[in-house]
Amino acid sequence: MSEIDLSKLPKGGKGFAHDFAADQTIFKGVPWGKSMMWIFLLSDTFIFSCFLISLMTARASTTAEWPYASEVFGLEVFGTNVPLLLIAIMTFVLITSSGTMALAVKYGYERNRKMCAWLILATAVGGLTFVGMQAFEWTKLIFHEGIRPWSNPFGAAQFGSFFFMITGFHGTHVSIGVIFLFIFARKTFRGDFDTGRRGYFTSMKSDYRAIEILGLYWHFVDLVWVFIFAFFYLW
Amino acid sequence: MEQSNKKATTHNIGIYLWIWGLLFVFSTFSYLVDWYDFQGLLRWSLIIFFMLIKAGLIMAIFMHLYWERWAIVNVLLWPMTAIIVFVSIMTAESQYTFFTRALFFVMGG
Repeated sequence: MSEIDLSKLPKGGKGFAHDFAADQTIFKGVPWGKSMMWIFLLSDTFIFSCFLISLMTARASTTAEWPYASEVFGLEVFGTNVPLLLIAIMTFVLITSSGTMALAVKYGYERNRKMCAWLILATAVGGLTFVGMQAFEWTKLIFHEGIRPWSNPFGAAQFGSFFFMITGFHGTHVSIGVIFLFIFARKTFRGDFDTGRRGYFTSMKSDYRAIEILGLYWHFVDLVWVFIFAFFYLW
Repeated sequence: MEQSNKKATTHNIGIYLWIWGLLFVFSTFSYLVDWYDFQGLLRWSLIIFFMLIKAGLIMAIFMHLYWERWAIVNVLLWPMTAIIVFVSIMTAESQYTFFTRALFFVMGG
């Protein structure tokens, strides 16, 4: 694949028609890894949508009272119950890790190896913190509040299964992301993206564009949390 | 993937820090919706409003969609209409289910 001079191609709607009418490739200037990541994320969007839509369906069709998330997920601080405190902190941690990831991508493209690697590491630590807090939340809800997938003391029995399914699936995504972030931090520190050292699993050469692709996944995890925060915790 | 050794042109660090800050602000706003215990239509519209702004900022700036060509932007965003259609179908479905359940509990079948 040779580099395409995107500035010579038509833009906007005309560019859309031009790219779709082209032979060989549609997504001009997009590395195949990036378009495949986008398509994977699109399919993942549909999975999360199905979860959230079924949550909507269950909640709208049950005649039982739906548990009030604000109280269920409240946290006791110095004797007062603060609603959704842990969830709010988790949200800020995930946004922060998304910010460091965006900067890591930027420094990667500027070939600032050290800065890029440290920022990826910071992102990984943020993700790990998020997973840790989620583990704390689950422990609290399972062992102290008695929430089960089939019943809970707060209201509609379906609540537990949706909670564990949706936050569990999201937490799995975060955990996988954290693993890859640590791997990529090591690769970046070692200079794999400067020397073109072949990957352990793929045995392919890679460059700093790989960090943007990893970044897409990580931002998507943050993006999904925005929707979960809105529809599960706040609604 | 082809090795590109030239430095790519990147965006100013300022825009990322701005978006980062804005995401914090809007997350705080959506948390305040719960804090002040808004209810009903106001709560739902505010939640959706802040959610869409945050999602838009993340996708446009952090995921660079704003700078991508229209071909990929369209391929990614048009499928979202299918989700909206699905939401409306399941809204109708769940209302019908609720109706039959309520009928069952009142009339005893």
